[in-house]
Amino acid sequence: MNIHEYQAKALLKSYGAPVAEGVAIFSADEAEAAAKRLPGPLYVVKSQIHAGGRGKGKFKELGPDAKGGVRLAFSIDEAKAHAREMLGNTLVTKQTGPAGKQVNRLYIEDGADIERELYLSLLVDRSVGQVAFVVSTEGGMDIEAVAHDTPEKIITVAIDPMKGVTADDLAKLTSALELKGDAAKDGETLFPILYKAFVEKDMALLEINPLIVMKDGRLRVLDAKVSFDNNALFRHPEIVELRDLSEEDEKEIEASKHDLAYVALDGNIGCMVNGAGLAMATMDIIKLYGEEPANFLDVGGGASKEKVTAAFKIITADPAVKGILVNIFGGIMKCDVIAEGVVAAVKEVGLKVPLVVRLEGTNVALGKKIINESGLDVIAADDLDDAAQKIVKAIKGS
Amino acid sequence: MSILIDKNTRVLVQGLTGKTGTFHTEQALAYHGTKMVGGIHPKKGGSTWEGSNGEKLPIFASVAEGKAETGANASVIYVPPAGAAEAIIEAIEAEIELIVCITEGIPVADMIRAKAILDKSKSRLIGPNCPGVMTPDECKIGIMPGNIFKKGSVGILSRSGTLTYEAVFQTTNEGLGQSSAVGIGGDPVKGTEFIDILDLYLDDPETESIIMIGEIGGSAEEDAAEWLIEQAKKGRKKPMAGFIAGRTAPEGRTMGHAGAVISGGKGGAEDKITAMEAAGIRVSPSPARLGKTLVEVLRG
Repeated sequence: MNIHEYQAKALLKSYGAPVAEGVAIFSADEAEAAAKRLPGPLYVVKSQIHAGGRGKGKFKELGPDAKGGVRLAFSIDEAKAHAREMLGNTLVTKQTGPAGKQVNRLYIEDGADIERELYLSLLVDRSVGQVAFVVSTEGGMDIEAVAHDTPEKIITVAIDPMKGVTADDLAKLTSALELKGDAAKDGETLFPILYKAFVEKDMALLEINPLIVMKDGRLRVLDAKVSFDNNALFRHPEIVELRDLSEEDEKEIEASKHDLAYVALDGNIGCMVNGAGLAMATMDIIKLYGEEPANFLDVGGGASKEKVTAAFKIITADPAVKGILVNIFGGIMKCDVIAEGVVAAVKEVGLKVPLVVRLEGTNVALGKKIINESGLDVIAADDLDDAAQKIVKAIKGS
Repeated sequence: MSILIDKNTRVLVQGLTGKTGTFHTEQALAYHGTKMVGGIHPKKGGSTWEGSNGEKLPIFASVAEGKAETGANASVIYVPPAGAAEAIIEAIEAEIELIVCITEGIPVADMIRAKAILDKSKSRLIGPNCPGVMTPDECKIGIMPGNIFKKGSVGILSRSGTLTYEAVFQTTNEGLGQSSAVGIGGDPVKGTEFIDILDLYLDDPETESIIMIGEIGGSAEEDAAEWLIEQAKKGRKKPMAGFIAGRTAPEGRTMGHAGAVISGGKGGAEDKITAMEAAGIRVSPSPARLGKTLVEVLRG
């Protein structure tokens, strides 16, 4: 789960991280009051969307010469003018895709005098199974480009979960970021704070790009991107409250209500599969036969008949879907449960597109029997190859 | 021979009393008499578990007690996510040799803690978020469907449960059968990586060839490929086929498995396929041709 920059900053501030003063607003009318609460005279007006590249992004509705999604304002009036221009319009960045995202929230923040821009993130380093700091002196730019062009400028420091951030870790981090004097002292306070926040709040990613050294020599968190481990949200109701549903795909929201792993894609063959690996492989084989998957959908291990029905409804509600492929290899999942769910869903919502079903594994005979005796117009497939070819052929014929 | 488990493996079940634990324990007992020796429940110690066909197993209050009473050397975990890492740690502390955690959805922070304890122990953990381990006709730990297996010569290892089944099914249909099959799991932090299992398969005389199935996210496939190249230089090498799931997955989206995500331009399928092919693995473009691809490799 992702949150907005202003929410991430408030969270980090609650742990004692140095964050500028700022106010989030939802309408242009609030801009003046928000700016007046800040010291000025420099303000930053920042679009709050769940995507990076906002500064270089362009608003669809404004001309090509209009400013981007993060703007400086040198007066309260200018901040107001920016807010009026930005709110409600659609920001397109390299991460949003061409459709862009509507800006419904702005964050007006106190400006800073920047001396140096650094990069810092915390993530789970799989190779060692530990939380790691990833830092670079090359902040404020696209870190993927830095990693590609100058990998030696990116330094990773993994943290032993039994010890936490040690003096040795701190020395490595301050040295990697070339921090001196007050900035080094600030870093020694900040780094353990960030680690604590990351672990306590079950974050999946905490990215500060840039972390800045200001002209007065102090450190400040200038941007913050935080995402959380979905598997740990059950113990953080306070984090779940920060979820912004307007940032998510409607079908994905519906799927999440039923605890289904669903990702909307651009193709026209809807897929319902058990197991993430097989679900990805099913997408891959559809592509291999020349068509595109409309979605990734893993109904999971212990799916009930109701869950399967819900999954089927989500797939059929997508107008782009021209055919459906159900591909089940039952281990934990029993084929008869899938079959009952599919039959119940078809009876409830009807079937307007070709449906290919391939069943294998636990209780396969019973599952096939339920499908065969249902009287539904289902195309049975023997194996994955057969299933993929049949659905591709079926939608080409329609 | 086989790897990890055989007919002498004695298995405890943590989370036996739940619906999932019960179903799969019944299946394991029915599979060539896998030696399921007891269940663990902190509050139900001393009671007896009964399966739907009249099977009975003793319930112990702790893994340590269960091990002492039954001589168990393996444990399988069906405990729900919130308590699963604690269950792993309990099994480690009871010095269970092989711990297999089926549970999906364990918080990563919990697994980081469990792994730190695991790394200092003698236990081996398979999973979490995995289908388990099978040695055909001898022992079934986890949730793999037994009826698709056939005793044979192919060692199978995979990050995905259902793709493990595909590989098993297809090698059975080709008449090759399996020495063992291991699902290492789809989480980012797990007990056992490809290299650990490849090492066992290379040593196992019954394993004549290997199918390795990876997916997007992380760099375990690349690490394994590099390791295989080093081993081949020492003369350790077996014919291999492979597959990588997620060629069509978009960047930045988690594809079901917590570990299956391309982020920061890293963890994409093409890099993994290139690395595996460089290590001499024939990577099938289709998940439906794993068995046939291996047969082609074996024919030379």
